Amino acid sequence: MSTRLATGGRLIDRSKPLSFTFDGRSLGGFAGDTLAAALLANDQMLIGRSFKYHRPRGILASGVEEPNALVGLGQGPRFEPDQRTTTTELFAGAATVSQNAWPNLDLDIGALNNLAYRFLPAGFYYKTFMFPRFAWKHLFEPVVRLSAGIGRVPKDRDADRYEQAYDFTDVLVVGGGVAGLAAALAAAKGGQRVLVLEQTAHWGGRAPVDGIAINGMPADAWVAETVASLAALPNVTLRRRTMAAGVYDHGYVVAQEAVADHLPGADLPRHRLWRIRAGRIIAATGAIERPLAFAGNDIPGVMLASAARDYVVNWAVSPGDRTVIVTNNDDAYRTALALHDAGLVVPAILDARAKAAGELPALARARGIRVLEGRGIARVKGGKRVKAVEVCAQAGEGAVLETIACDCVAMSGGFSPVVHLYSQPGGKLVWDAANGMFTPDPARAPTGADGKPFVTCAGAASGALQAADALADAHAAGGGEAAQAPRAEAAAEAPMQPVWMMPQGAPAKLRFKMWLDFQNDVKVSDVQLAAREGYESVEHTKRYTTLGMASDQGKMSNINGLAILSDALGQPIPATGTTTFRPPYAPISFGAIAAEARGEIFQPLRRTPMHDWHAAAGAHWEPVGLWRRPYCYPRGGESHSQAVNREVTNTRQNLGLLDASTLGKILVKGPDAGRFLDMLYTGVMSSLPVGKCRYGLMCSENGFLIDDGVVVRLADDAWLCHTTSGGADRIHAHMEDWLQCEWWDWQVYTANLTEQFAQVAVVGPNARKLLERLGGIDVSKEALPFMAFTEGTLAGIPARIFRISFSGELSYEVAIPASHGLAFWKACLAAGADLGLMPYGTEALHVMRAEKGFIMIGDETDGTVIPQDLGLGWAISKKMPDYLGKRAQERSHMTNPERWKLVGLETLDGSVLPDGVLAPAPGANPNGQRATQGRVTSTYFSPTLGCGIAMGLVRRGPERIGEVLEFVAAGKSIPARICDQVFYDKSGEKQNV
Amino acid sequence: MLTLTCPCCGVAAEETELAPGGEAHLKRFGPGASDEDFEGYLFARKNPKGVHFERWRHAMGCGKWFLAARCTATLEVFGTYKAQSPEPPPEIIAAIKARRPDWKGYS
Ligand SMILES: [Zn+2]
Repeated sequence: MSTRLATGGRLIDRSKPLSFTFDGRSLGGFAGDTLAAALLANDQMLIGRSFKYHRPRGILASGVEEPNALVGLGQGPRFEPDQRTTTTELFAGAATVSQNAWPNLDLDIGALNNLAYRFLPAGFYYKTFMFPRFAWKHLFEPVVRLSAGIGRVPKDRDADRYEQAYDFTDVLVVGGGVAGLAAALAAAKGGQRVLVLEQTAHWGGRAPVDGIAINGMPADAWVAETVASLAALPNVTLRRRTMAAGVYDHGYVVAQEAVADHLPGADLPRHRLWRIRAGRIIAATGAIERPLAFAGNDIPGVMLASAARDYVVNWAVSPGDRTVIVTNNDDAYRTALALHDAGLVVPAILDARAKAAGELPALARARGIRVLEGRGIARVKGGKRVKAVEVCAQAGEGAVLETIACDCVAMSGGFSPVVHLYSQPGGKLVWDAANGMFTPDPARAPTGADGKPFVTCAGAASGALQAADALADAHAAGGGEAAQAPRAEAAAEAPMQPVWMMPQGAPAKLRFKMWLDFQNDVKVSDVQLAAREGYESVEHTKRYTTLGMASDQGKMSNINGLAILSDALGQPIPATGTTTFRPPYAPISFGAIAAEARGEIFQPLRRTPMHDWHAAAGAHWEPVGLWRRPYCYPRGGESHSQAVNREVTNTRQNLGLLDASTLGKILVKGPDAGRFLDMLYTGVMSSLPVGKCRYGLMCSENGFLIDDGVVVRLADDAWLCHTTSGGADRIHAHMEDWLQCEWWDWQVYTANLTEQFAQVAVVGPNARKLLERLGGIDVSKEALPFMAFTEGTLAGIPARIFRISFSGELSYEVAIPASHGLAFWKACLAAGADLGLMPYGTEALHVMRAEKGFIMIGDETDGTVIPQDLGLGWAISKKMPDYLGKRAQERSHMTNPERWKLVGLETLDGSVLPDGVLAPAPGANPNGQRATQGRVTSTYFSPTLGCGIAMGLVRRGPERIGEVLEFVAAGKSIPARICDQVFYDKSGEKQNV
Repeated sequence: MLTLTCPCCGVAAEETELAPGGEAHLKRFGPGASDEDFEGYLFARKNPKGVHFERWRHAMGCGKWFLAARCTATLEVFGTYKAQSPEPPPEIIAAIKARRPDWKGYS
């Protein structure tokens, strides 16, 4: 069993006991424990079930690389799945639950999958996704869904808050182990600004556990002294609990600081996402131990040798009473020594190498530990816990030589430098065959904006696995002189010997039980199968088998999987290559990514000056870009459609008021402004007389219609361009692009005045009466005819009045300074009460424009429509030699008479056509789909006509007036007659009174 | 997440402040142009792996467009210069040649 030792534990505080729960059971630990350490101290080795086969899984590692020991942590709005027990600091009251187990951890139904492993081989999804479709829908998917995913999705809204912060530094050191500290100290002495990030709560990394001495003192003491010196320097910032997740272009680094995970209830943001710009990055990220591939290596109780040592030394937790060590290197002997010195039994060290003759094996032998050379594990016996190992010759095929009873196996397959942060931005690796690892290639480091390398690996991350080498390497990476490098004393290690499979000649029945990726349930047999099925590229194999996916990201499974694949392909490992390392190095929280951008401030909300009035009037809102506009103003118990119908009818019969402030308003001014607008619009604007308005269309160089609106000539050298709501910024940018980058010698000034003015549309037969009552400007037919503009003081407020109509009624659009917007709106309401004045919303506006056959950008246009398609030829100048889009509109495809063109559509029964529906045509298109000949672009119920009205784009539409088309919606055919798109007041007399 | 220095305001701007605008130094073809010239203007882009000239706008800053000479493979920036340049200025060409002796030159 695993238990707490009576003494020791360099990270725990026995004076501070903490209680927590696991699957409802109350357990105890100490301050300084990780969840994993505390669970082990309570003999809870079984933590969860595996993803695919639901096999029992325990704790494999002691750090960020842990693939198995994930739990659901917290309750209610603070519940979060997949929390790594090995990196979560224990806190009082922590509530944890096991994952992937049903009905419970000990008795799991899904474990049936375990028996079916032969039927869930590599590429199961791949193969069954291809065919048969029927089987997926009715057979595979319902079953797979039940057991899919790891953990449970939280149901409640996250109760914690998160934040983001920026930082800038000359040198960023990632990793607060002895290499990182040495590099930081060297860099700081040069006077540069240095930022040091350590992902755990503790400085010093592995060195104190490994019993290394530095500069003649124990590692712990050197670490404390060095951290104190760094903290005293004004140019150094130290941050613990901060994990660098990704390195991107030009020295950009994203890191997550776990601010309050260990302080629940503190009034602090839970996580802080750091966005760092670093001149140079030193990745002192250490190395991660690799598992060995032997049968049953996933049974709870099998763990990494370095992790077993960590649990004993850091947290005084024994991972088992009897621990067999299995290794291909000397480092694992340190685990044997640590366990033995803690009073635990190490029945044997199985060393796959033919000879174990170094300093560390000698120390083990001196303590009386059996060292078996050339031996490996044929099979681990046990189900939910290791019971024994069967010993075999590494060189053989797994014949059992001896069975050793034990409850823990500490394995070491060598170490892989953590090159993620070097590799992410493009750094290349080289294969070190002697040590069986990829190391950074200094000649092909990632380069920055200046073309110079900006990421350097230091210490074990660069492949310097021995403490003395690591410190010298890190000191040099920090820019220090060799003579000043800290000196480490540690037992010398003999060379390791790469072992990719144990035993070397393992037969199929053993390979079926050798795990490479513990999280995704990928075994040696799966990778071999992938190779046999033709997956030669490592990237393809990764996707086919899911090796190294999810949170592993190449931490544990990468090299072993690569080696098995290379062996199956009969080529050396570097020929197979490695997969791409992608951020994040370890998962970061969605909360930190979103940070403050939630709820109301997820997006800025743009409000017109009358916004609060609309809200008080009970407006039903419609989002338009970042604006909110009233869709309608329901009264009493009205439904939205009833309100819309009332607003339309009232506006057509009496008087309506629309808040049109969101319309884009761009001032274009200067000696060349007219010439510029002639290029921007399809119609001539330079010839527009002062005081007049003209409808204009804007196209892209591709010929497609991008915006429309009324242009007003304010003065000799000044035009006001109205754009669509939400289009102002885009169109202003479009103007600036052409002015700055193409016609930069033209003297034109543009200003986006959208928010400077409120705009109110006064619409309906009583519109003139209302403005006359407000007083101050002559708005008679003679003084202000249709499509004219005037300015003055209206109701005591400076105002511009444009006599334009988007409804077909007598209509004035009044622009007033934004600060007067609400006052003017209220003045209109007060003066118009007995004229039947009612405000109307965007939907009434839409219905009225559709009744008049006016197009709406985004409804009738979709980026493939040219003005000629919409019957807008009258707004296109034939005389102008050039405008943006003109050349494109001359292309053969644009002049093809077969193009879909705008028409009106009326259903035979007066019903409303569904939006966007298609009219099929005989035959099939080149993709073998049913051919079509038209689609509905706008469709409404018209209260004015008492029936449905629609517009649509139809092949050769205007030539087919009177023809009946069949539209198809939800399998039902709806006949509609092609008609003129103007349904109301075709002669336009109402707007012209 | 590139950083580019805006030549208009001098700010070393992060990519979040910038808006990309595609290839620089395109020659506009309008009415009267041949189909080939117009197609080239609208659609044909060099898209090189290596030295490239691009349009960028300091959208969340001074609002001005500028041009950048950059290596698309390594993200090295050779320089930024004003948008009102019909072709890369000599100092930018020199900076590129200093770093990429094999570069064939601007065409
Ligand atoms: Zn700028």
